[in-house]
Amino acid sequence: MHAYLSDREGLIIRKIPDKRGYFGAYGGRFVPETLMPALLELEKAYAVSKKDADFQAELAHLRKTYIGRPTPLYFAKRLTADLGGAKIYLKREDLAHTGAHKINNAIGQALLAKKMGKKRLIAETGAGQHGVATATGAALAGLECEIYMGSDDVARQSLNVFRMRLLGARVNEVTIGSRTLKDAINEGLRDWTANVRTTHYVMGTVFGPHPFPAMVRDFQAVIGREAKKQILASEGRLPDYLIACVGGGSNAIGLFYEFLLDTQSRSDRPITMIGVEAGGRGISAGEHAARFAGGSIGVLQGTKSYLLQDDDGNVLGTHSVSAGLDYAAVGPEHAFLKDSGRVQYSYATDDEALAAFDRLARHEGIIPALESSHALAEAIKLGPRLSKDEIIIVNLSGRGDKDVQHVARLRGEAL
Amino acid sequence: MKSRIAAKFQALRHQNRKAFIPYIMAGDPDMLRTRELVGILEDCGADIIELGVPFSDPLADGPTIQAAAQRALESGTTMHTVIDFVSSLRKCTQIPIILMTYYNSIFKYGDQRFIEDAIAAGVDGIIVPDLPPDEAQGLLQLTRKRPLDIIFLLAPTSTDERIRKVVHASRGFIYYVSITGITGSKLSLEPSIAERLAHVRAVSDLPIAVGFGISTPEDASMIAGFADGVIVGSAIVRRTSENDEDLKQYLQSLRQAIR
Repeated sequence: MHAYLSDREGLIIRKIPDKRGYFGAYGGRFVPETLMPALLELEKAYAVSKKDADFQAELAHLRKTYIGRPTPLYFAKRLTADLGGAKIYLKREDLAHTGAHKINNAIGQALLAKKMGKKRLIAETGAGQHGVATATGAALAGLECEIYMGSDDVARQSLNVFRMRLLGARVNEVTIGSRTLKDAINEGLRDWTANVRTTHYVMGTVFGPHPFPAMVRDFQAVIGREAKKQILASEGRLPDYLIACVGGGSNAIGLFYEFLLDTQSRSDRPITMIGVEAGGRGISAGEHAARFAGGSIGVLQGTKSYLLQDDDGNVLGTHSVSAGLDYAAVGPEHAFLKDSGRVQYSYATDDEALAAFDRLARHEGIIPALESSHALAEAIKLGPRLSKDEIIIVNLSGRGDKDVQHVARLRGEAL
Repeated sequence: MKSRIAAKFQALRHQNRKAFIPYIMAGDPDMLRTRELVGILEDCGADIIELGVPFSDPLADGPTIQAAAQRALESGTTMHTVIDFVSSLRKCTQIPIILMTYYNSIFKYGDQRFIEDAIAAGVDGIIVPDLPPDEAQGLLQLTRKRPLDIIFLLAPTSTDERIRKVVHASRGFIYYVSITGITGSKLSLEPSIAERLAHVRAVSDLPIAVGFGISTPEDASMIAGFADGVIVGSAIVRRTSENDEDLKQYLQSLRQAIR
């Protein structure tokens, strides 16, 4: 038994979500009736697929031969030396096909949709990585594809917009509301409501109505399973810290999930897990997307979780330099893990993330996504305070090619 | 105690008439206008009025109501504003009033406080499109034997099991969504809609009102042929910013079509 978790909490972590899709007090299924039958159908089909040997074999085969898994666990030697503290390992999700962890989930859901007889995939995207991954999954499975993306994000991630089009997807610019990820999800859900009989909505993160948070987590949990084997192979022991950025939270839960009940190798303390939110220009209304720092409990887009909202329950605007973290709510499982104390949540500002972006490029020859740069920023803060025999694994959730133009623009350089 | 909504449907049934249920967004563009519009709707023969409470992320609504919600939010309209408004309205009219809003607006207000304040103000029912009965246990508990009806929605996609669940939880009437889609969409009725309604009637005595996508008197007349009530939202909201004579004429044409 783990000293840090009560028996009850340990049991909950193993069993969440419950039958109604709740992670403790969070989650659920807050959607219009039109979608309820589709969610129940999806829940059943997903449960069947978990036990379907053919489905699992096909997924495993594609992970290996198409996505390029396992992705490496890389020891960042020069960054470690530069920081002078804990050993820093990077889980290289940036090397997965299409350049981010999003593909793990998109391929899983595309296969499932095909199995369910759906003809068309739709999805929201912020940074464009999930849009690209879904368009890829659709091309692979021979399905039609339509992506919703806020017009602000279209402007700052134009490279990914063109990639989606090359892959045969139609990209719909969303010009209402905050013109970012939140509004793209609203439009995606509206499309799904109208076309639910033929269409599967590929939710890109551990958010939305049940069963999405659990299903997306399960498809992403391969990250942590691999990382555990890899760190045991290279270090002969488990890590002391895990760090990942948290927008909706899929790459973070993907890394953390396998380790939730583990303790550090040399003590009975739990492995410290840190989710890093977007601190934007600082924690004041509209300037950030740090839900745990500035939010409260609310219901948005099908689920109950922490949310940036005003006193009347209307959702506040957000800001982050990274489109993928620029979102007002967070996955319900993270809300549960936050309340239980199992995972700590911090934030990195735009400036800290941009500094980390540069630092990894120069010290390791890896250009990280701006989202992943938030996780790196935390490692850069934490590393020097730890001893040299401690180990940090950072989830390098995506590569930064998509951000190069945006960063150049921020620095006033024309490309 | 019978709710004003139930009493209204009973009276209509005796007169062999169907309910005309118009929807407007409270606070669009301000509450003074909403007060005027309530008067116009009543004068033009509305039986029940649905008042939208604006929410920032109305995912069951099409562009017309999204824009109305945006205008209402810009004028500072909140759940508090709307509840106070209904309270003042009760000094001059007893027409049944239903609030239509998204669950977060209620959740943030506080479930229990919302129910108490809404009842005290004279609100008769609520429609919460993102709150299926599966998530409404708390509100259902709080409204047991209280004069506030929670009206749940049924959709063309609802299975038999869902129909039973929704019917069991609903009070006042059942809101049947005419189309697979969001508000303000083009009405394209599935041929089986009359059969579907008959199917619902086989398991429930509650009146059934049909809404979403109904915009012309012809639509309204056809729906009234098999439903107990007709709900018109986006098509009215679109006309509330135009000249009132045209709006009245339009409302009267709907009223005449709903028999």
